[in-house]
Amino acid sequence: MSHRTSIAAVILGLAVLAPACNPSPPASAARGLEPEEKVARGKYIVSTAGCHDCHTPWKMGPNGPAPDFERALSGHPAELVMPPAPRPEMPWVMTASATNTAWAGPWGVSFTANLTPDPETGLGKWTAKNFIDTIRNGRHLGAGRPLLPPMPAPVYAQMTDADLEAVFAYLQTLPAIKNPVPQPLPPG
Amino acid sequence: MRRVVLLLLFGWLGCDAPPPAPVPLPPRLSGTGLTVAGSTTEIDPGHLPFSPQYPLWTDGASKRRWIHLPAGKTIDASRADAWSFPPGTRLWKEFSFGGKPAETRYMERLPDGTWRYATYVWTADGRDAELAPEAGVRAGVPVEGPPGRHVIPSRGDCTACHEGRTTPVLGFTALQLSPDRDPGALHAGPGGVDLASLAERGLLRGLPPSLLETPPRLEAASPTERAALGYLHGNCGGCHNTEGPLASVGMDLLGGPGALATVLGQRSGFRVPRRPDAVHRVEAGHADRSVIPLRMRSREALVQMPPIGTALVDEQAVALIERWIDEDLARRQHAAASPHRKEKKE
Repeated sequence: MSHRTSIAAVILGLAVLAPACNPSPPASAARGLEPEEKVARGKYIVSTAGCHDCHTPWKMGPNGPAPDFERALSGHPAELVMPPAPRPEMPWVMTASATNTAWAGPWGVSFTANLTPDPETGLGKWTAKNFIDTIRNGRHLGAGRPLLPPMPAPVYAQMTDADLEAVFAYLQTLPAIKNPVPQPLPPG
Repeated sequence: MRRVVLLLLFGWLGCDAPPPAPVPLPPRLSGTGLTVAGSTTEIDPGHLPFSPQYPLWTDGASKRRWIHLPAGKTIDASRADAWSFPPGTRLWKEFSFGGKPAETRYMERLPDGTWRYATYVWTADGRDAELAPEAGVRAGVPVEGPPGRHVIPSRGDCTACHEGRTTPVLGFTALQLSPDRDPGALHAGPGGVDLASLAERGLLRGLPPSLLETPPRLEAASPTERAALGYLHGNCGGCHNTEGPLASVGMDLLGGPGALATVLGQRSGFRVPRRPDAVHRVEAGHADRSVIPLRMRSREALVQMPPIGTALVDEQAVALIERWIDEDLARRQHAAASPHRKEKKE
């Protein structure tokens, strides 16, 4: 097993394992909120938990790079076809696009997901359970491929169900943006 | 008495009594009641062995399975594909490689109706098995022969697979235990109890009599198709169905009415790396560019199907699915597209 492959295995392993290692989150006082309160709670969490950092593409503005809120939470722009990632020299292991939406490392290349409620390219067909299962298990739709770095699913897996439901409720209120994010690429 | 006092106290305070704390999982498999008292390997004869006709394949492991129903309790079998088991039901599945047990999985229905899952790893001397950590053993435990190491799933992995349908008991259904067993089914082990014997023992409640007169079988146009759909039922249908959390994917591999239409000629939402020509879940006559067999043949973490549980490709299964797509489905498509042949027949 090469050094790169070993690192990839460790990173993937941690990403998959960590949710299972976490204790069950405590019951939350956020349960039983009115729908508007739930959406507001979700917006607060999304705004403070760093979701925009990767799921909203960044662009250069008068004050330097900043999230492009016209494409809020729509993930890696489909039209931005990335060239092959440079191979970093150890101890560097990762590179990121200027948009902060494409990440290359020993696991391959990951592209941040479209979290808007577009039914074909976003979360429009998802249920709150799909969303919670994804975060809890660190797997796509809770049972599919592992979520990839830099998604901090192990951290978010410690949120309560009520908070995750609130995040999902807020995401469903966003303007739907059609943006077919590319599949992740395997190492190679 | 203490319980009564507590109930009265909580009632007086106007709040719900806390649920009873679940009994901790036994640290050793023998503590789950699988074996007779005083032995760690002799199976309690009160448990019923069973063998689903379309089993889940796990890197070629041979498997033994048992179910225990509490005395006097029965299974609500009114829904053929979603049996409901009484609290106290316990199931075990033992995985062996090279004739040596490696792992035994355990699931139990608790008094509150929820299920809990655990897995036990066999000691090197084969005398007993110990409770695996909740996170599983991702690096695997050594086993004889391929695959060399066998990954022990986390509790999260257990729920990911078992809670994708109405019932979490996946291999103990009317179809899986049908006496009309598929002779072409892959990897099926020796029998055990089946639908008829369960009914005879009076363990099924509400079973539609028609299922005993005509035991359930997958509708298929050929023996190859029956075996192929059966394999997909047992290995993919737990997640890919119309009732569970993945229903929004729109792919039904349980094999019920209309299931074939959800894959045949349907565009896949997944793009296989380096294969831009692979567009459809199943393309009749073209297994080489059908997404389902391509994902079955891959063991890349981002591509492989099933996503967990195997390190090896099930070559027999891929060959079966490819034969079904390349021969059976192609023939059917050709016949449907040939009006001349149709007229001649008429």
